[in-house]
Amino acid sequence: MKFWIGSAVIVLAALGVALSPINEYFFFAAFVVLTFVVLATAWNILGGYAGYVNFGTSAFFGLGAYSAVVLFKGLGAPLAVQIAAGAAMGALLGFGVGLLTLRLRGIFFAIATVAVIFIMETLMINWRYVGGATGLQLLRPEAMAPFTSYTRMLFVVMALMAVVSVAVARFVQTSWIGRGLRALRDSEEAAEASGVPTLRLKLFACVISGALMGAAGAPMPMYLSFIEPASTFSLNYAIGALAAPMIGGTMHWLGPVIGAILLASLQQIVTVTISGEMNVLVIGVLLVLFVVLAPEGILGFFKRWLKSSSR
Amino acid sequence: MIFSFDLLAEALIFGLLLGCFYAAVSIGLSVSFGLLDVPHVAHPAVMILGSYCTFIVAGWGLDPIVAGVVLMPAFFVLGVLIYRFYYESFEKRGTEAGVRGLAFFFGIAFIIEVGLILVFGVDQRSVQAAYIGSSWALGDYRIPYRMLVAFGVALVLTLALTIYLSQTFTGRAIKAVAQDEPALRLMGANPVRIKQWAFGIATAVSALAGAMVIIVGPVEPAMDRVYIGRTFCVVVLAGLGSMTGTLASGLILGISESIVLMFFGASWAPAVAFGLLLVVLGIRPQGLFGR
Repeated sequence: MKFWIGSAVIVLAALGVALSPINEYFFFAAFVVLTFVVLATAWNILGGYAGYVNFGTSAFFGLGAYSAVVLFKGLGAPLAVQIAAGAAMGALLGFGVGLLTLRLRGIFFAIATVAVIFIMETLMINWRYVGGATGLQLLRPEAMAPFTSYTRMLFVVMALMAVVSVAVARFVQTSWIGRGLRALRDSEEAAEASGVPTLRLKLFACVISGALMGAAGAPMPMYLSFIEPASTFSLNYAIGALAAPMIGGTMHWLGPVIGAILLASLQQIVTVTISGEMNVLVIGVLLVLFVVLAPEGILGFFKRWLKSSSR
Repeated sequence: MIFSFDLLAEALIFGLLLGCFYAAVSIGLSVSFGLLDVPHVAHPAVMILGSYCTFIVAGWGLDPIVAGVVLMPAFFVLGVLIYRFYYESFEKRGTEAGVRGLAFFFGIAFIIEVGLILVFGVDQRSVQAAYIGSSWALGDYRIPYRMLVAFGVALVLTLALTIYLSQTFTGRAIKAVAQDEPALRLMGANPVRIKQWAFGIATAVSALAGAMVIIVGPVEPAMDRVYIGRTFCVVVLAGLGSMTGTLASGLILGISESIVLMFFGASWAPAVAFGLLLVVLGIRPQGLFGR
């Protein structure tokens, strides 16, 4: 119950902020931070709970973005439809990647997901309809009624998506699905032998995680008014989505949220004050420091406190 | 798509040379990942670091290949350090190292890449030598000398490592670690020291491979990304840790890539390695010449 009240408060707060006369740049930066919250939360469902490392977040994200572009260019579909399509395509790709887990684990699975990024990118580079390698300019429609600009509207939409994805992750974690995923992370054979439907659970985790990543990618073309393969499929999304849970903690749904907010805000600050390259360096260094020195992430420091409070 | 046997022959010749080059850039990974089971995703990044170091050393007036050889001891030490660090932080602690070990190497790859961008910028860099830029006319075909040089070095490297691993005492010890580490421990040998040595060799070889990368074409810091596909494709296709298999699968990748390049255009070429990798992983993860 506390969780739902908190979620409602966050969404209402986002709405309130979006209607207040704050500087436009805040929404520009906050949108990216919220995107990383969705990506990191989605990554953690498969990576944190089930222990399958997905290096291919950019593939799902990019597929979602391109699905939105195709629908927008072809039919002029509204944003909600674009997001639904992104989620559907992401889920489909998640199912395909999930089938790979039948045979692949550990580094083999991780490398296979990297391969998916580059294959998707090559397909988009060679697809004229969506602009090929040079990309496509998109004309944004007018913002809807209460909002004064499209970026403000996207900010609220992304805040809603972040809350939804956290709720999904929380549901997965606390239900029998999460227990099953944790069991197969520790030993797939033992889990299977004890009657855990490992394949179905893995497929479910891949599909849910893929759908959320695809949905996160869908508003990006509208946000930039532009789409282009190299930046859409950039490995920076992959490393960000992986680094945030590692930094925040992978065992609890709160971990990726804390990690993503800290990391993405820090990146925004570094990009503005120092340089765009430096912000990638920040992720790399923090990622290595945390996996070596604090294996349980920031939440590891608060472990006892988390255990005593209700989930 | 225009098809002719002339083009096909040209694609095959070029693919053969390219394939040997791919085998050479993958052979370090074949030792570090194939034999030692270290999830070394940063291998291509270390190699590109080797290319940039070659760029600096060659700038002092050395031949790029000599520069690559000169760099090998330094990279050996670097490799020993990386492995030592990885061992102390992950392998030693045992369980649950998988996810974090992978994340660790992914992070290292990004740090190297951004470090190179910060020092050298995003511009392409290349080296000068007599054999770069000219080509050998063989009948109707023109074969660039730089590809021949890479071909030669690749063959020597593969042969040397094959002989080293099968004939010398330490080489056999490395293979023994790969086959049965607990048994080696029971025999009183220290597997960590052997693995450290092997990882050093793999990294030293990457320095020379990096020199070849910059001989074959200009390099840029983000180039390691596409080599993730090529090197892992070759190593997985070969079957982990098989040196001759690495040469054979390098050839398979080189020829397929050059055929796609010739008949479908350059924009499809980067997907060949990743596509082949995905197919191999999906159908036969143990590779063609698996141990």
